[in-house]
Amino acid sequence: MIAFLLKRFLTLIITLLGITIISFSIIHLAPGGPLSPLTEFNPKITPEYREKLVKMYGLDKPLYVQYWKWLKGIIKLDFGRSFSLDQRPVWDKIKERLPVTLFINALSLFLILLIAIPMGVYSAVKAESAFDRITTVVTFIGYAMPSFWLAIILMMIFGVKLQWLPISGLHSTIGYDEMNLFQKVWDWTKHLICPLFVATFGGLAGVLRYVRNSMYEVLKSDFILFARAKGLPERVVIYKHALRNALLPLITILGLSIPGLVGGSVIFETIFGIPGVGQLMWQAVMARDYPVIMANLFLISFLTLLGNFLADIGYALADPRIRLESK
Amino acid sequence: MRELLKELIKHKIGCASLIVIFILVVLALFAPYLSPYDPFEINVNEILLPPSLKHPLGTDLLGRDVLSRMIYASRISLEVSLVAVGISIGIGIFLGSLAGYLGGIVDQIISRFIDIMLCFPTIFLILAVIAYLEPSILTIMIVIGATSWMGVARLVRAEIMSLKERDFVLIARVYGAGTFRIIFRHLLPNALPPVLVSASLGLGQAILIESALSFLGIGVQPPIPSWGNILIEGKETLEIAWWLSVFPGLAILITVLAFTLLGETLQEVLNPKREIR
Repeated sequence: MIAFLLKRFLTLIITLLGITIISFSIIHLAPGGPLSPLTEFNPKITPEYREKLVKMYGLDKPLYVQYWKWLKGIIKLDFGRSFSLDQRPVWDKIKERLPVTLFINALSLFLILLIAIPMGVYSAVKAESAFDRITTVVTFIGYAMPSFWLAIILMMIFGVKLQWLPISGLHSTIGYDEMNLFQKVWDWTKHLICPLFVATFGGLAGVLRYVRNSMYEVLKSDFILFARAKGLPERVVIYKHALRNALLPLITILGLSIPGLVGGSVIFETIFGIPGVGQLMWQAVMARDYPVIMANLFLISFLTLLGNFLADIGYALADPRIRLESK
Repeated sequence: MRELLKELIKHKIGCASLIVIFILVVLALFAPYLSPYDPFEINVNEILLPPSLKHPLGTDLLGRDVLSRMIYASRISLEVSLVAVGISIGIGIFLGSLAGYLGGIVDQIISRFIDIMLCFPTIFLILAVIAYLEPSILTIMIVIGATSWMGVARLVRAEIMSLKERDFVLIARVYGAGTFRIIFRHLLPNALPPVLVSASLGLGQAILIESALSFLGIGVQPPIPSWGNILIEGKETLEIAWWLSVFPGLAILITVLAFTLLGETLQEVLNPKREIR
């Protein structure tokens, strides 16, 4: 197990370095260098001042020196200052938004599992039934559904036509401070229903399909035939023998589905006006706020990597075959 | 190729997706003849008209005919997705066959690079890159292509790895065939079926990404119509003009569904051993 952990950890470090190198190279894609949004079209910035900025950000040094400096910075969570008017440190801006995005994504991941596992298992057990067909239809519509359109349609039906749900923000702005705890929770819930629906529907397709097919395969295998031949009740065969084997690889699938889920945050946070990192990313791109963009890109991919790493370890803990294999 | 088409038509779902895609291609190719109005023509007397016989899908904020704009938009979507998928398949085949055939350190480096690329949520990566470039149709094609090749690369790598030790490769080498000849003439054709499947799925995904980017304001720029950027107006006029949001979204959904289902059917037809739904 220790050898396995060490090997995985080494891979983690190498991949992390790769992420920093790619993020860093993107900064230098900018025509005119990373300072161009600050200096271009700004008559107040004289060539001398520009020179000073270049010195300040160390842009006159060779690339590897700059990379090293940037790398040392991010270890201390120092991503520089935002180019926006407030010029706040980038990390402060991200810090206050990260919990919102993580909360919504964790919740939608939980909902995905809550729906996908029973639905997928039932479809596999009743393969080719009407229920199974419905599952297939849900899967494909989920694959093809543009999430931003789904968001707009939900807004139109529940926000505008029926007026049941608010269409923007994380909580009400007027009268929020006067609410008691119960009212606040209810207020949050109402605001989160639509965004959560969009996030969950987007991620559901892949997981649902995986559960269904995995269970279907396992049910056809020899040991299930044997369990049935032994005369075990169908309930035990399905829920004890088959389910365990079918769901094990799901840990890895969940790890792999993290980038997609987090990527979806950009869309639903922008549409529903939710103050998370996805919305921050979009705003930063529109304003060409490069330090914020880079920090966001790096942090999100770092979290994805971490999620994959934990999934790998979880899988190895749950399934001894994996850790023995990699020795 | 003809047999493949025959097989596809036998499948109900494959046939339906082919018909949808065919209609779309015809609309895109003959947009100037098929669209009832000029998609760029502003008409202040006909702002935000609901669907009617005269304007089957209504008009937008500037009085332009939505149907005509949507027909022209199908051009953009198909163009962008075709070029993007072409790029991603090109990169994928190139890196995948290098890694699979050469193995060793080259394979290590390429495989690690693929893992690294997969850590970036695609939309974040695309946003970051686009922030540094001017948003244009060409930029989007390249960026989508350059961020979606990893799946193909893995497929090709695995396929070539499993084939390169076979006898027919050895014989080709004995006859003096070079590395590139072996890869392109003897190994790659075997990897083609799965690549074809992932191209079809990729076309759908590329259309989804393009429309999402256009909706976010960093993809296809107005006045050039795209299903995504018509939806920007749709979101602004949510309360008064449902037709501006409903139709473009449906177009995206149906198109992506068609490419996805075509991909699925292809997989079933090309590889009947595997159970696919």
